[in-house]
Amino acid sequence: MSTLLEERKNQIGRVGNTHEVIACEKASLAGSVSQRACVFCGSRVVLYPIADALHLIHGPIGCAAYTWDIRGSLSSGPELHRLSFSTDLRERDVVFGGTAKLHASLDELIELHKPKAAFVYTTCIVGVIGDDVEAVCKEMSREKGIPVIPVQAPGFQGSKKDGYRIACESLFQLVGTQNRPIPKYSINILGDFNLAGELWILLDYYKRMGIHVNATITGDGRVDDICNAHRASLNVVQCSGSMMHLAKMMKQTYGVPFMRVSYFGIEDMSDALYEVANFFQSDDLLQQARTIVKEELGRLLPALAPYKKALNGKKAAIYVGGAFKAISLVKALRLIGVKTVIVGSQTGDKDDYKLIQELCDEDTIVVDDSNPVELSAFVKEKQADLFIGGVKERPIAYKIGLGFCDHNHERKEALAGYEGMLNFAKEVYGTVMSPVWKYVR
Amino acid sequence: MVQSIETIFSVYEPEVIAVHTTCLSETIGDDLTQIVSKAAEEGKIPEGKQVIYCNTPSYVGSHITGYANQVAAMVKFFSTATLKKRNVVNLVAGWMEPSDMREIKRIASVMEARTLMFPDMTDVLDTPLTGKYEMYPKGGCTTEELKTTGDSKFTIGLGEYSTNTACVALDNKCKVKFEITDIPIGLKATDRFVTALSRHANVPVPESISAERGRLIDLIADNQKYFYGKRVALWGDPDTLIPLCEFLVSMDMRPVYVVSGTPGKPFEERLKVILKDIPEAKFKGGELADMFQMHQWIKQEGVDLLIGNTYGKYIARDEDIPFVRYGFPIADRPGHNFFPKTGYVGATNLAIQILNAFMDHMDRTSPDEKVEFQL
Repeated sequence: MSTLLEERKNQIGRVGNTHEVIACEKASLAGSVSQRACVFCGSRVVLYPIADALHLIHGPIGCAAYTWDIRGSLSSGPELHRLSFSTDLRERDVVFGGTAKLHASLDELIELHKPKAAFVYTTCIVGVIGDDVEAVCKEMSREKGIPVIPVQAPGFQGSKKDGYRIACESLFQLVGTQNRPIPKYSINILGDFNLAGELWILLDYYKRMGIHVNATITGDGRVDDICNAHRASLNVVQCSGSMMHLAKMMKQTYGVPFMRVSYFGIEDMSDALYEVANFFQSDDLLQQARTIVKEELGRLLPALAPYKKALNGKKAAIYVGGAFKAISLVKALRLIGVKTVIVGSQTGDKDDYKLIQELCDEDTIVVDDSNPVELSAFVKEKQADLFIGGVKERPIAYKIGLGFCDHNHERKEALAGYEGMLNFAKEVYGTVMSPVWKYVR
Repeated sequence: MVQSIETIFSVYEPEVIAVHTTCLSETIGDDLTQIVSKAAEEGKIPEGKQVIYCNTPSYVGSHITGYANQVAAMVKFFSTATLKKRNVVNLVAGWMEPSDMREIKRIASVMEARTLMFPDMTDVLDTPLTGKYEMYPKGGCTTEELKTTGDSKFTIGLGEYSTNTACVALDNKCKVKFEITDIPIGLKATDRFVTALSRHANVPVPESISAERGRLIDLIADNQKYFYGKRVALWGDPDTLIPLCEFLVSMDMRPVYVVSGTPGKPFEERLKVILKDIPEAKFKGGELADMFQMHQWIKQEGVDLLIGNTYGKYIARDEDIPFVRYGFPIADRPGHNFFPKTGYVGATNLAIQILNAFMDHMDRTSPDEKVEFQL
């Protein structure tokens, strides 16, 4: 079986071999079984953590059913976001149009649940039959007095990244619609989705520092906070892929500056705290940050030592959605003695890959928008012991016979922050050292 | 589409590509017949290889509709009648687990009946972990075997909703007569299947199969006081629910709430007959038959047992009801693809799971003074 398609040759590179950055940001090659998801999925996963909003999917039942509670995004309050609503378009709706059904659904749902806002997602079929979703949303907004926002993301119009952009634009419609005063050192956290309660870990660090977190977009999100987001002094952006567009729009329109951070791994987590302190040019905050880092590392490093000893020399393959995470993971793995031999992402851009190629060791394979055939071949070639990826990569790892760590949006263990680093080490240890792999080698 | 066909054949080198349409491709009017012939004309389909397809718009019917269509497509594209008839009985498998299919094939082989099952997921979806990854495992039904289905002497379809279309197609195309029986879940349905196979394959029913049957009856008899009068709520696909309800009734349990999202008349008609001695039973199929309705019924008057797919776990948790997972999808428990629920052995497995669910619940919720060593 030939592994590499001619067309994909320049999306795969080896560090040291080539000094050019690999090609990226292309549409997937038809038939290559990419690990990417569709546009609708992209916008759904970004918006769904907003816990007190109603999320209605205008389309056949499948789109809503398969994205139901897809992210494990936890909420400290209302849990309306964990219900997946659909207009369940049937054949007659496809033929005669679905706007009446959409109208009736919104009417019933808004009366029943009284959300602070509603998001209406279009799907492939709606994009084709041409329902005027925007008109229905405007009308319902007027009638019900809450923002009813269309998310025009039919699955075929691009890739997951376009879905992110459309989600940001929908969010931007809410920003600036309320105006409440907030404390002095205020930031918004963009791009954390509170998987497994990770956001709560971060909130705790910032609170100990003396920083007030204004809006969390979108983990544990609330509509009112997003409406007031423009009042914060700084946007701290994780997950560059999904939220950068929103950060840029807020800078342009409201003058809110942004910075990119990562909360995975010790170095990046500490930088996240220091950079915020430096931004506010406050020695007080910087001192607080240093104290927190010292305390946490004092607890963490001794706990990590046995894992580092056991895992020294093991090899890992990383294939995740966004490249920024991949970069953090390479660094985090180094801390526990694991070498990265393959690294790739679904949606990385040129800058991301340049960084990765500079960061990684000689002969590491770097790949963009990969597929199961390629990943299996690389993993076997490099004799990796560990695969870090998402749900679509798990079967590849398990069926070839190597350990797997779920670092994707369905994960149940918090892997961000200092606590997260320890959980990460435990998970990696638990899977790499499992005796079962001996029976298949 | 043409590009995909080219890429897939060059990278993955399969013998067959099976295509399903989605709501999108159906609505924009993609004509698969046209597209595939275009691909063939342009030389994108290598010699001896094939592209099969069926229409599965997501807004028509349910997943069962799609399954039935694709099985019928297998007949449409492969089954061929030659002049030489074979002493083989086709078994068209309805929606079930690889373990269920494995068990049915085992029964056939113990009975020394020559059968050919399609679709056959055994040794394809349940392959062992050997450290070597096989993209195309050695199991299942091959294209060569599929072609010969047109020469079989008879077809038994297992499950009306999922196999009727294919059986009719095979009869029309290759003149192979057929009989549709229920998926062999439970005592009576397995009896019917074994009888049908014995008759059409012209083989006697061996002692060992009767013994399996006897062991099942023995288990039920030993534990009948735990089954007696228990109210059960079930949900899933019609082909599974019909024999399952029949089995529960034969163990003296009372299926009182039954829902299936798959539309179609036969479901309600069959249940009317099966549940005729349970006047309080409520059953529904189609669009408005959903878990919300199920939960409402349960809130009005509770049940002792839930049987269905993972979607019911929230009801099980909220109302603290023993829950046996069965059907599709089961996303939160392993094992259903290893141990069958079909055949006498499968029915025994199912009965044991039901009993364990009851007894775990009893041990967990009984007051201290009532907890005993011996049940």
